[in-house]
Amino acid sequence: MFSQYAVQHAWLIPLLPFVAFVVIGFFLRRCPRAAAGLAIGMSLASFLLALGVGYGVFGGGITVEQPWIQKVPWLDIAGIFVSMGVYLDPLTAMMLMVVSLVSLLVQVYSTGYMEGDDGFARFFAFLSLFAASMLGLVLAVNFVQLYVFWELVGLCSYLLIGFYFDRISAREAAKKAFMTTRIGDFGLLLGILLLQVVFGTVDFQQLAGILPLYVQAGGMGLLTIAAMLIFMGPLSKSGQFPLHVWLPDAMEGPTPVSALIHAATMVVAGVYLVARVFFLFSLLPNVMEVIAWIGAVTACFAALVALSQTDSKRILAYSTISQLGYMMLALGVGSVTASMFHLMTHAFFKAALFLGAGAIMHGLHGQTDIFAMGGLRRRLPVTFAVMTISVLAISGIPPFAGFFSKDEILAAAAHVSAPLYGMAVLTALLTAFYMGRLLFVAFFGQEKQGNIPHEAGPAMCFSMIVLSVLAVVSGAAGYMSHFGEWVRFGPALHEELNLGIAAFSTFVSLLGLGAAWLVYGRRSVSPDQLALKLGFFYTLSYNKFYIDEFYGWLNRTFVYGIGKILYWLDIKGVDGLVNGLAWSVGHLGDDLRRFQTGQLQQYGVVIFTAIMLIAAWVVFSSPIFVAVLQRGAY
Amino acid sequence: MIGLEHFLFVAAVLFVIGLYGVLTKRNVTAILMSMELMLNAVNINLIAFSRFITPEAMTGQVFAIFTITIAAAELAVGLALVFRIYHDRNTVDAEQLNRMRW
Repeated sequence: MFSQYAVQHAWLIPLLPFVAFVVIGFFLRRCPRAAAGLAIGMSLASFLLALGVGYGVFGGGITVEQPWIQKVPWLDIAGIFVSMGVYLDPLTAMMLMVVSLVSLLVQVYSTGYMEGDDGFARFFAFLSLFAASMLGLVLAVNFVQLYVFWELVGLCSYLLIGFYFDRISAREAAKKAFMTTRIGDFGLLLGILLLQVVFGTVDFQQLAGILPLYVQAGGMGLLTIAAMLIFMGPLSKSGQFPLHVWLPDAMEGPTPVSALIHAATMVVAGVYLVARVFFLFSLLPNVMEVIAWIGAVTACFAALVALSQTDSKRILAYSTISQLGYMMLALGVGSVTASMFHLMTHAFFKAALFLGAGAIMHGLHGQTDIFAMGGLRRRLPVTFAVMTISVLAISGIPPFAGFFSKDEILAAAAHVSAPLYGMAVLTALLTAFYMGRLLFVAFFGQEKQGNIPHEAGPAMCFSMIVLSVLAVVSGAAGYMSHFGEWVRFGPALHEELNLGIAAFSTFVSLLGLGAAWLVYGRRSVSPDQLALKLGFFYTLSYNKFYIDEFYGWLNRTFVYGIGKILYWLDIKGVDGLVNGLAWSVGHLGDDLRRFQTGQLQQYGVVIFTAIMLIAAWVVFSSPIFVAVLQRGAY
Repeated sequence: MIGLEHFLFVAAVLFVIGLYGVLTKRNVTAILMSMELMLNAVNINLIAFSRFITPEAMTGQVFAIFTITIAAAELAVGLALVFRIYHDRNTVDAEQLNRMRW
């Protein structure tokens, strides 16, 4: 009944928030309460529809092998045919539910967080547009539809990072995010075009049918290039090393945006893309290996940077990059299930973490430096509870959500390669340590003078509590309901908890949390002493491995260098040619005008001489005159 | 026997004398007079050709009459111009009337 209706009308899911965006944008700019009400109402409706779709998919026999597809022709010109539509399978259904739920909760939270802001209605308009684009992306039936929504979410990200556009840092961060993702998006576009040129279609289902035959026929080279190009999109969008630099700066946006877009949903679009076109990547072992290594390096690298950051949102940003690396690693080692499972649990606990950080900022007038906090657990009990649960979840302590998903990733990695597994475990240790550090520094210890925080309002608390409940149960629920039998690629993977790996990762996480407690909680070891002892590594980590500086140097040296050469070429070559031409014409004219002397008689000489010459020429060359002259008669 | 060649020769001499005057005289009035010589050389040509080649038709003579008429009108305009130029510039020297130059 409802679930059938929902499945058949899944196209409404992205459309409803889009309607909210248009109505708010055109009519409700000056009515914040109506705008928030409309946006939340539409989000709620699309969440209910997504729930219905989920029920219809998981209960109605729609599987990965038998997706439900609705298409309408969109673009039909010679040589290319593109349709728009709805592609429903368990993967999509899971994403729809997660995205619409987090989006709904973040919007509810924002009613409290953004209260009194001048751009309140604008904020909700952008959030609605984002939700619409992201849901449209998830439902895409082909690469072109996906690309359209891919760019739209990028646009929303740009708009929301630069939400406080009166701040220079926000504007710069927005530009940086847009340009960095542009690099990857260009690769993605080229990859899509290459597929269209080689195979004549961009449709997921058709490609999934054609590609294995193509590979069997021995044509791997071009496909590898296409896959690498396509992977550039996820590389930048999901903040993978070395294109991660935009994500920490994206924290300039309002905190709910960081929670929704730059932690829970948009940044996982890249992971989702790889999972969606896994039929392509799974054919190419080399590309898979690249993906796995990039994921592992990203996870480890970002965790190392997060160790020494002092800004709460930046710690969370690097933690997001690190977890995205985990998801990529899982895809690289061939486990769509583990990756998507972690995507889901991560969306919940990371959103909860960000909303918690937002609640602290709300209570402390925008304070983000964790060392300026301290002892917050008495003043902000709800936030403290939420943060504690989320930290335990992200650290992978059973029975919280992160434990189950992280364990799946570790098991998948251990199955494929020992070094990758080692890096994943190291990352788990570091993750537990820096999350513990965040928790202990901010919530334990002495209260700082002048800090009189107040607990967040009911709307904010509601969202945080719902998310933290999900952060507790989503892992176990997914495990119990056999997540891997639904969301997968190929045959269902083994579902059993690998006890050895699980026990070891739990031990490692507890070790990390314990170390953080010793250093930052009980202060048995002075953190400053530790930083001094690890001097070189600490500086490296604190300065984010100088990646931004490196890009700056690259930019100055090469981009400006090439710019200088081209500038010279333009000035001397192109402009020189044009200016030289103009100059010579001018001088020629200047010389020629001297012939206009104003002397009538000189003109007369020229005219008569010319007439004589012409007459002579006519006379001596014309056959009639020649004949007349020869005859000598008239 | 005086033939067409003699007429043409006289006309050519007259024309060249006129041309020489037009190209060398300094006085604008003299240039106008030289131009009259050239026109008359043309008239001689017209009449000579008419008389010797198509004696039954009077085309050449009629053309000569036209030329004379137009020459008179042209001279009237030309002399008026010379008069005005003298009034303005106090000279009729063609070499000094060179204001329309670069």
